[in-house]
Amino acid sequence: MKSIIDIEKLDLYYESFHALKAMDLQIPEKQVTAFIGPSGCGKSTLLRTLNRMNDMIPGTRIEGSVTIGGKNIYSDEVEVESLRKQVGMVFQQPNPFPKSIYDNVAYGPRLHGTRSKAELDVLVEQSLRQAALWEEVKDFLKKSALSLSGGQQQRLCIARALAVQPDILLMDEATSALDPVSTLKIEELVQELRSEYTIVMVTHNMHQAARVSGRTVFFLNGVIVEAADTEQLFANPKDSRTEDYISGRFG
Amino acid sequence: MIRRKEFDKDLEELRSTLQQMGEHVTDALGGAIVALQTLDTARAQEIVKADLTLNAMEDKIMDIGSRLIITQQPVAKDLRRIIVAFKISSDLERMGDLALDVAKVTMRIQGQQLIKPLVDIPRMAEIVNKMIDEAIQAYLDENTDLAYKMAQDDDQVDHLYSGMINELYTNLVAHPDALSQTMLLTLVGRYIERIADHATNIGESVVYLVTGKRPDLNQ
Repeated sequence: MKSIIDIEKLDLYYESFHALKAMDLQIPEKQVTAFIGPSGCGKSTLLRTLNRMNDMIPGTRIEGSVTIGGKNIYSDEVEVESLRKQVGMVFQQPNPFPKSIYDNVAYGPRLHGTRSKAELDVLVEQSLRQAALWEEVKDFLKKSALSLSGGQQQRLCIARALAVQPDILLMDEATSALDPVSTLKIEELVQELRSEYTIVMVTHNMHQAARVSGRTVFFLNGVIVEAADTEQLFANPKDSRTEDYISGRFG
Repeated sequence: MIRRKEFDKDLEELRSTLQQMGEHVTDALGGAIVALQTLDTARAQEIVKADLTLNAMEDKIMDIGSRLIITQQPVAKDLRRIIVAFKISSDLERMGDLALDVAKVTMRIQGQQLIKPLVDIPRMAEIVNKMIDEAIQAYLDENTDLAYKMAQDDDQVDHLYSGMINELYTNLVAHPDALSQTMLLTLVGRYIERIADHATNIGESVVYLVTGKRPDLNQ
C-alpha cells in the first residue's frame, strides 16, 4: 500500500476544544478511503485538515504533521492555493457558482492561468465526461448551472474540482442531500474515478462506505479507533467499539 | 442502520427456534431408536409425521433471517448470526430427515425379529444426541471450546460405526439369510454417523460465528 497522505501525531484544537487527538493515519494512493463515525467524532474536521479548510476557522490550532506527496502541508513554504489545486473538495450541498455550466468548470483552470479557449474547451469536456455529466449537458453548456437538478449540480461540482487536475478529491457527505438515483450515480462515478484519483469521503451512510470504499476509518470522540480494509472492517472489526457502532449499538 | 431493539428481538426468535429444532431432532432420533429396538411401527410413523414440524421451523428461520437482512442490513457479527442460523437450521433439517430414515427402517423390518440385540446403534445414538445438545448449547453460549469438542465426539461415533459394520459382516457370514436386515441396520449406522457429521458442522458454524474464521472439524 503506497500512501499519498501521511498524518502523524496530529492534534487539532478549536480554542480549548480538543477535536482531533494524536491521530496517525496513512491514506493510500488511488483508492477510496471512507471516514465513518457518529456526529462530532472528528471525521469532517480531519477531512478539512487535508486541504487546510480549517485555517478559516478562528482559534484553530494544529500540532503534528500532515504530509501530502512528501510535503508537510502546514509548513510555511506551502501555498494554500496550490494545495487546494492538488486537493479538491466537494461538499454536502451542491454549490455551483451562479454562472453557466461551462464557466463553472472553466473557473478553476482560468484562475490558475489557462486562457486559451481551445485548451479550456478540452478541459471542460474532459472534466464533464469524467464526472459523467457530459452527455446530459453538452448541448446546453451556456445554460445557468442553477438550472440543473441537485444530482447534476453535484456532478458539476465534481467536474469543477477535477478541472484543475487534482491528485486528491475530498468528499464531505457529498451525497447526503441527493435522492437515491443521484446518489447511485455519484457512487458509480467514484468507482470510475478511483483509478486516477485518491478519494477521501466522509459519509454518514455506512452502507455507502461499504459499497464504495477500499479502506474505512472509524472515528470516535476525536480518536481514530480503527483503520482497515473495508471488507475486513465491516465483516470482522478488531475493536469492539467499531463493532458496536456499525451494528447500531450507539451513534 | 440497525434498529437494535427490533433486531435483538428477532435474533432471540432465531435462537429459540434453533433450540427447538435441536430438541426436535434429539427427540426424533431417540424415539426412532426406541421404535427400532422394540419394533414399534406406530411410534416410527409418528416420527415420520413430526418431520413436517421441523421443516416448518427451518422455513421460519429462513423468513426471519431474510427479513432481517433486507430491512436491517446487518454487518459483522450480526450478519454472521444470521448466516449461521441459516446454516444450522439446514443442518438440523437434514438431521431430522436422517432420524426419519432410521424410523423408516423399523417400518421396513416390520414382522421380523431383530437378528441380534442392538448395542452399538443405541450407544452411537446416545453420543450423537449429546452432541446435538452440546452443539446447540455451544451456539447459544457462543462457546468455541464446546464447538471444537464436536470433532472428538464425532471420532468416537466413527469408531463405533466401523466396529458395528465389522460385527454385522461377521454375523452375516454365519447367517447369510439375514442379508436384508443386515443391510438395513448398516444403513441405520450410516444415518446416525451422518447426523454426527451435521452436529460437527454446527460446531464449525459456531466457530465461524464467534471468530469469523471457518475451521474444518469434519476431518
